[in-house]
Amino acid sequence: MNAPSRMPAAAPGEIAAAFPPGDLPGLDRLRASKPGRDWTSAPAFHLSALFLVALLIVAAVPSLFTGYDPLTGDFAEGLKPPSWAHLFGTDRLGRDVLARTLHGARYSLLIGLSGMAISVVAGVLLGILAGQQNRLLDEATSRIFDVLSSFPGVLLAMLVVTFLGQGMLNIAVAVGIAGIPKFGRVVRAQTQLVRDADYVTQAAIYGLGRRQVFLRHVLPNVLVAVPVIATVYIGSTILTVSGLSFLGLGPQPSTPEWGVMLAESRDVLRVAWWPAVFPGAAITLTVIAFSVVGGVLQKRFEGRLA
Amino acid sequence: MWSRIASRLLTSLVVAWASVTAAFLALHALPGRIEDILAGDVDYPGLREAIAAEWGLDRSLFEQYAAFVSRIAGGDLGTSYVLRQPVTEIVGSQLWPTVQLALAAGVLAVALAVSVALLTAGRGRRARKLASILELVLASTPVFWIGILLLMLFSFTLRWFPVSGANGWTSLVLPSIALALPTAGLLAQVLREAIEKTLDQPFVTTIRARGVGEFAIRARHVLRHALLPAVTLGGWLIGGLLGGAVITEKVFGRPGLGSVTLGAVLTHDVPVVLAVVLLAAFIHVAASTILDILYLLIDPRLRAA
Repeated sequence: MNAPSRMPAAAPGEIAAAFPPGDLPGLDRLRASKPGRDWTSAPAFHLSALFLVALLIVAAVPSLFTGYDPLTGDFAEGLKPPSWAHLFGTDRLGRDVLARTLHGARYSLLIGLSGMAISVVAGVLLGILAGQQNRLLDEATSRIFDVLSSFPGVLLAMLVVTFLGQGMLNIAVAVGIAGIPKFGRVVRAQTQLVRDADYVTQAAIYGLGRRQVFLRHVLPNVLVAVPVIATVYIGSTILTVSGLSFLGLGPQPSTPEWGVMLAESRDVLRVAWWPAVFPGAAITLTVIAFSVVGGVLQKRFEGRLA
Repeated sequence: MWSRIASRLLTSLVVAWASVTAAFLALHALPGRIEDILAGDVDYPGLREAIAAEWGLDRSLFEQYAAFVSRIAGGDLGTSYVLRQPVTEIVGSQLWPTVQLALAAGVLAVALAVSVALLTAGRGRRARKLASILELVLASTPVFWIGILLLMLFSFTLRWFPVSGANGWTSLVLPSIALALPTAGLLAQVLREAIEKTLDQPFVTTIRARGVGEFAIRARHVLRHALLPAVTLGGWLIGGLLGGAVITEKVFGRPGLGSVTLGAVLTHDVPVVLAVVLLAAFIHVAASTILDILYLLIDPRLRAA
């Protein structure tokens, strides 16, 4: 794969060049799209944004939307198909699938976001280091990114869990480490871009110290890229997290987390489709919504730079 | 060109060496005695002594490191502390079903992506919109959910395919479809964009003016250009398929590296997990190196540069 370290400093609007295709699914989707022709059209964007707002509210106060408790159920009411009393049906232990799906939003967002926070902090620090005018530093950090991205995300996360043990925080750390190169590479490209920009040169000519130039001009302009990349990336983080939970490496069994729910649904698949369909649809819709919103944000951001 | 190939090979060697080093450092950076970390929850007489001997824990850190690197370079991945067997044997015996699954899924994904991209690129507004929505949905769907839905439909309802196991080709159909679909979605997006870009090139107008049919233009001329950006995806594709195979195997109850790795993760059997992860990294590095070199061979423009 073309190591980004060997690419020239990004030209305006070419931050995307920091990523080899496939490194960031959202970005490939973005590359594949032309304005107004496909899913980045306005209705799709508004619908996705609306969905995400609703998701945030549900994650914050899930009990507003359901009267059932996600953890306890009536055993006699087990595996009932969807009805007016239970819109999404009940699982093997008689727990309301709708209540569990709604409460699950909290886990997916929380694990996904905290994992991403780790990627962002480490990625930004390493990326800024790599973007300095020091070849040795650049080579070293870029090789760190190469090494991290040569491990498949799921397997790298499994290695981290082997060391740290199972649990929600640990899979957040695991996906966080796996995501470092994504942010690191963008921040590196952005740092190089800003570093060589005229306004930075000018600030230096006006006699600002290196520290001042960095804090006042370079850093803010590097950091603007981060929320955009984060929105594009969060979708694939949520996918990996749900996969790890499905494997039983994350939250304890019977936690209303989407991946865990799907793992439990696998055992009753012969007789009931509803415990498997709704949590899976929740993951897919969430990932789609983040991809659409992230893609549009990124397009606007790159348009602003161009 | 040869110097570029040589430098590419050197880079991948450096990455491979660095990933081994990272594994070594990670082990030593963890708090606690290394025998205890490596032993995890397992305990039987002689285990700690065996670990100490294997890793040479009484020697200096540098000597341990040199021994570790040369051991792995020689193909010895250590001993599983839970199964008490050489890791190479355990991984080797379970490698084939996983490779089979990943290969089948990879071929299927490429075939699907190429045909969808060829058929829809630059066609009507509606066809393209439909294809782009389909690709987005596929790329956003978790592998294991697709697997569960396929099981529900084709194994439990229609009873066309077995529910689990790895006997014969019928048990490979559903897992490889499940694993292939998300990959195909992503690949198709990249390919379609590349094809559309190529279709705008002047040489396409020239070929068209010579009276070549639309399908021949696409399949014979445009695809060759459009494949190049997709080839860069190769390394990622293989890594993704290996990672996805682990999850897919769990859904379909297939034997393979997935169940070995998962079992090892849950019992803290570090040598086994380490071996699988390093193996995947090596495959990834080797594949992307080969693809990069192929890139130079396919595209004469790169050779001149």
